[in-house]
Amino acid sequence: MEYITVVGLEIHAELKTKSKIFCSCSTGFGEEENSQCCPICLGLPGTLPSLNKKVIEYAIRAGIGLNCEIARKSFMDRKNYFYPDLNKAYQISQYDKPLCENGHIQINDKRIGIKRIHIEEDAGKTIYTNEARLLNYNRSGVPLIEIVTEPDLSSSIETSECLEELKEILIYLDICDCKMEEGSLRCDVNINIESKDKTIRSNIVEIKNLNSFKAVKKAIEYEESRHRFLLRENKNTIRETRRWDENKKITVAMRKKEEAQDYRYFPEPDLLKIFVEESFIEEIRKGLPELPNEKRNRFILQYELPEYHINIMTKSKEMSNYFEEVVRTVKNPKMVSNFIISVLYKRLKDDRMDIEDLKYKIDDFVKLLELVVNGYISNNMAKKLYNIMHETGENPEIIMKEKGIIQLSNEKDIVKIVKEVLEENLKSIKDYKNGKKKVIGFLVGAVMKKTKGSANPQTVNEIILDILRKK
Amino acid sequence: MELYYKNIYEIHNMLRRKELSCEELTCTILNRINNIDEKLGAYLTIVKESLSEAKAVDRKIGNGDYIEPLEGIPYSLKDNISTRKIKTTCGSKMLENYISPYDATVVERLKKNILVGKTNLDEFGMGSSTENSAYKITKNPWDLTKVPGGSSGGSAAAVASGLCFFSLGSDTGGSIRQPAAFCGVVGLKPTYGLVSRFGLVAYGSSLDTIGPITRNVYDCALVLNHISGYDTKDSTSVNRGKKDYTKGLKNGVCGLKIGIPKEYFHDGIDNRIKEKIIEVVKELEKKGAIIIDVNLPHTKYGFFTYYNIATAECSLNLSRFDGIRYGYCKNEYDNLNELYSHNRTLGFGKQVKKNIILGTNSLIKTNYEKYYEKGAKVRTLIIKDFKEVFKKVDLLITPTTPTLPFGIGEKIKDPIKMYKSDILTINANISGIPALSIPCGFIENMPVGVQIMGGYFNEEEVLTCAYEVERMRGEITWNTSL
Repeated sequence: MEYITVVGLEIHAELKTKSKIFCSCSTGFGEEENSQCCPICLGLPGTLPSLNKKVIEYAIRAGIGLNCEIARKSFMDRKNYFYPDLNKAYQISQYDKPLCENGHIQINDKRIGIKRIHIEEDAGKTIYTNEARLLNYNRSGVPLIEIVTEPDLSSSIETSECLEELKEILIYLDICDCKMEEGSLRCDVNINIESKDKTIRSNIVEIKNLNSFKAVKKAIEYEESRHRFLLRENKNTIRETRRWDENKKITVAMRKKEEAQDYRYFPEPDLLKIFVEESFIEEIRKGLPELPNEKRNRFILQYELPEYHINIMTKSKEMSNYFEEVVRTVKNPKMVSNFIISVLYKRLKDDRMDIEDLKYKIDDFVKLLELVVNGYISNNMAKKLYNIMHETGENPEIIMKEKGIIQLSNEKDIVKIVKEVLEENLKSIKDYKNGKKKVIGFLVGAVMKKTKGSANPQTVNEIILDILRKK
Repeated sequence: MELYYKNIYEIHNMLRRKELSCEELTCTILNRINNIDEKLGAYLTIVKESLSEAKAVDRKIGNGDYIEPLEGIPYSLKDNISTRKIKTTCGSKMLENYISPYDATVVERLKKNILVGKTNLDEFGMGSSTENSAYKITKNPWDLTKVPGGSSGGSAAAVASGLCFFSLGSDTGGSIRQPAAFCGVVGLKPTYGLVSRFGLVAYGSSLDTIGPITRNVYDCALVLNHISGYDTKDSTSVNRGKKDYTKGLKNGVCGLKIGIPKEYFHDGIDNRIKEKIIEVVKELEKKGAIIIDVNLPHTKYGFFTYYNIATAECSLNLSRFDGIRYGYCKNEYDNLNELYSHNRTLGFGKQVKKNIILGTNSLIKTNYEKYYEKGAKVRTLIIKDFKEVFKKVDLLITPTTPTLPFGIGEKIKDPIKMYKSDILTINANISGIPALSIPCGFIENMPVGVQIMGGYFNEEEVLTCAYEVERMRGEITWNTSL
């Protein structure tokens, strides 16, 4: 029997605010245990939360970026359960009236529905050792948004694409740094399979706290085959919560859904209702950067690049900014993106670097490309030069000097070579006499080639003209 | 009159004129606590450092510096208001040795005052007699066999017996006004949002307020001046700028429209109390007030609404007390659930557990609609009642309590009767309006309180009317036989 996979995601994204959601403690990652806590984020008796306005702003940015309706009136709820790292024994979250609803995310030609985006506080962290459970509350009160998709995804690949796109959008929006290894982006997967006529289906299983895209993909694939196997055996999956075992590459049951807690949700009385003014939303909308999709469309129109190029040039905000900055001077988009992809991007990948880690200045990169465009150096030479720049951070002219790739600017030497070239290309001289001025370029190129790009093209140009006029 | 019964204004003048040092004053209070509090049981903690603070005030006066009208005045705090360096027990074994790392906003606002001690209360503010404290039973200063009311019974008893010049209590369903009525002092529950709750250990967050307990109306206004005002740390506090509540006190009631709500004079109320209140109303009429009979039709649902909301909120507010980070911890357990259950079984008292269970029950999925949500809907109706009535009248006058102070142990076995001692005060909390209780006379040598309620943020007229009642009633002769 053929089955369709049905996947829905719940994504927790940590917002990039400087301070926590209900107090002014820092949200910095990796600080000493329990050093970023105050009575409020520890939920000590008598403390009250006050909502950080930036959190609302960031959540609305996410909402707009994911095409949601933004609620004008919203409020916070208490979600109650006991756990040592949940210091108030309730999490302040949203249940009844989330801030954003009914959005979507576009991947390829498919729309994946976004059911809701709500804001909430993070809990602390429990560290298990053999002797004890240790509690670190630095993260308690860090603002999160939870993005809940509709069950519109139908494969592990599609899910990966959706997450990639989502990550890109959140980074473009500048509201989350999406570092999965630091827990700033976490994902729960709800999955089941159903037959095409929808008569047979497995029960939904939730896989909690996946912290890499790879794990998401593997876990979905594992579950797909597990569900298929069970259905084939005339059994069904249990409605349950599972976790991904990274070592064994399997999912493991955590708890049954039937045992799911009654969270006794209840409107948070310590916080006022959230009223969002239309003008506030407009202000945010106006301040939004161009999003990946918009940027892709613009790149297609403006730079006329092939799709492969577009995808890489818009892969990240930094990459696209870099590209556009270079193209502003070197007005050959295709050539620029070609060079970026085949040289710069490749080095970044090999060295596991980000664009902002590059040692040399962007101006030097521009200079390098100009040398190529103006025919001063060959592409091959540029590649070599680039690799040196990449490692040393020097500018291309200095490297050329140091490596002895000095431009030939001694006129006598150039004249000698020009004469050689002209002798080899008598037809060109004829053509020139007949008014074909274009041959100059060809001749300059030939001289450059002969000098392995070391002659100064400007000088070469002048000398050729001079000689031709005299002939 | 004994120094410890003088009003704040007199004491301020004596300090200013150097007829009295703050140290002497504080000593007098500490001595009196030392002498009589064993019988009364008003205090849980005495702040010995208060003497050195008093000396600092004296140095200031000695330097000829200006002191504010409330500065250097010894006061007490209900022990559910957080204080740095001084225990905040909430009358509970759960927080027996808990010292808050921060001061409540009201405490910060009273920094120039001398905190002499923290007063007894029903555990976490739950109760109407101060018999539910894990530590001691406070007694009524007018008759030691009677309760002082609750849950701010310790504060009201301390003020009534000259163990401080004023106290701060908290009022969730009448916990300031009912003990004020029982002890013959003035107790004000301000409009919700006028006084910051930051640092008040929460019972029912949407109902809780902090307010002053004093021996006279002027003192009450003075204290309100200091503790009221917007606080960024409490987002439910309201920014309305500073007001001087002592200014309009003498305005009189002439022309004020005073409503008498029929529903507050029902059969369950002691007839002698009703008569006393009617007398007050007639006197006010003579002073020019316009008396109007009004209706608050949803009053009778207040009881149901109150217990739904208060217990629901309390069940969540108290769930943080698990003994893991602070508070009571019995270190014998096999697993996490057992740790929770041991700590909460042994750390909480009966009344608190009862409320938590009631509240948990009304919030579980299958009951939410039936209880909590319905409560919230009725709440809206009660608020509407008040909004409507305050279009017609400026103030409402009612009894504060349905009975005179009852005997210790008398109602502890009958929870419904105990709950009902708040029946006349809870609707002000449900709706958030200001309400004050002021003694208007005595029956069987026990004080009787009249309750004055006003529209939102209309503390000024409430206090003006209270001031008139006080003027008509005359001075109270305090019980000095303690």
